Amino acid sequence: MTLDPRLLLLSADDNCLIAASTLAAGTVLEIEGEAVALASTIALGHKLARRALAAGDKVLRYGAPIGHVTRAVAKGEHLHTHNLESDYLPTYTFDAGHAYVGRDET
Amino acid sequence: MNELPTDPALLLGYPRSDGRKGIRNVVAVAYLVECAHHVAREIVAQFAPRLAETDDDGAAVAEADFDEINVHDAAPDVHLIGFPGCYPNAYAQKMLSRIATHPNVGAVLFVSLGCESMDKHHLVELVRESGRPVEVLTIQETGGTRSTIARGVEWVRRARRTLGAMRPVPMRLDELIVGTVCGGSDSTSGITANPAVGRAFDAMIERGAACVFEETGELVGCEYHMKSRAARPELGDAIVACVEKAARYYTIMGHGSFAVGNADGGLTTQEEKSLGAYAKSGASPIVGIVKPGDIPPTGGLYLLDVVPDGEPRFGFPNISDNAEIGELIACGCHLILFTTGRGSVVGSAVSPVVKVCANPATYRNLSGDMDIDAGRILEGRASLDDVGREIFDVTVALGRGARSKSEMLGHQEFILTYKAFEPIGPGCLPIASVSPVRVIA
Repeated sequence: MTLDPRLLLLSADDNCLIAASTLAAGTVLEIEGEAVALASTIALGHKLARRALAAGDKVLRYGAPIGHVTRAVAKGEHLHTHNLESDYLPTYTFDAGHAYVGRDET
Repeated sequence: MNELPTDPALLLGYPRSDGRKGIRNVVAVAYLVECAHHVAREIVAQFAPRLAETDDDGAAVAEADFDEINVHDAAPDVHLIGFPGCYPNAYAQKMLSRIATHPNVGAVLFVSLGCESMDKHHLVELVRESGRPVEVLTIQETGGTRSTIARGVEWVRRARRTLGAMRPVPMRLDELIVGTVCGGSDSTSGITANPAVGRAFDAMIERGAACVFEETGELVGCEYHMKSRAARPELGDAIVACVEKAARYYTIMGHGSFAVGNADGGLTTQEEKSLGAYAKSGASPIVGIVKPGDIPPTGGLYLLDVVPDGEPRFGFPNISDNAEIGELIACGCHLILFTTGRGSVVGSAVSPVVKVCANPATYRNLSGDMDIDAGRILEGRASLDDVGREIFDVTVALGRGARSKSEMLGHQEFILTYKAFEPIGPGCLPIASVSPVRVIA
């Protein structure tokens, strides 16, 4: 499947895409073979959902988890601090990441 | 990136007595205390290349000594290295020992004041045993500044003639060690230059090279992902311990983690920010951890632990990018891939630095300093694979004698300060079973 050139996919496993330039609200992008109109402006370097996500789903970037979504996210929706939260504790703590591992295992 | 060349004997190197080969044949002039710095610098200055003269638009009006010259056809470069401290430090001694016997170094002149603590006799002996031309000039015993400079210039002239008579031999990719570092990062670094270097690393490792990444302080949040890539379980535990050490050290130093500006650039979480730096490591298994001056015994991907052991004693682990570059070189790196978003211009003594520019606007502004325009990924003019392939090709070209931009501009930054390390723990290194090429005494 060809990727819209305005978007970057950093790893085949990822469920987020990166805006390669600032994309205005209303811009129609092709995501996974489907036309999606952006609900909000997405700035260069920001993320959007490659597919619909359910609350609690891990977000993968570079093929690695960067946190989980706190609510359902539609395909093409902006992924950022309003709906994506670290698994590595508020920012991070010095408990050797045990809390992170604990959460990961539940 | 399967269409990359499969001939492993792609490179040209100068054979050294320890079995390694160098892609450069540098005369290193090393001051052993700040008090000897000026004398050493004056000796090196006699051999400094002339930069290209340019008009107001930046077009060359006179050729530089360096322009378009393959290193194998030019007179050997003369580089300045050294350590400013007077008090003894085992780390600095090890760093200078490793760099003075680095495969890119063909001859060494040590410049001593005479009363500093650095063990110059041990350094001279190591270099002599390696078969390289070596000399030590002690300013207090050589009649002072003028006569030491004159003696030094004369010695370097002879060493250059000796090295100039050497011819490089074919060198395989599995004899190459490549390091990576990032500096002057911005929001583009993690989406263009860093993952492109990761792809180039994967291609080099597939062909037997050793690749080294570092900055454990910026890998906080990636430790469990790194652990999952460790080739052996005990190595995975050591990686986690290594990042915990870095997090603690940087906290004591008052060094922040996630900043507001990061979120503006599109980063949401700590682990996401760290992954941007981590992307330079590619996707290969991690086969070992090294500390400054430890040389990878096999091919594969290594993590360089740059954070000192014990309680913080000498300040920030590395005060600027060149401190990390120097440590990668002490680990035997022949060449450094330096990713930058805002635009660093540095090079290094001893090993060439390749600048991979993440931001297309920065590239346009600083194109004279940048080797690779990774930002064109953002403009739809290239894919990550395309840029990864270009980084691989540029690495091979430099390994055959082409010069990087920073080399042509005469950059040869070097900085070495006080640190303290314990030896690496058990289980950190793979067993070198087949390749004797990197066995270091």
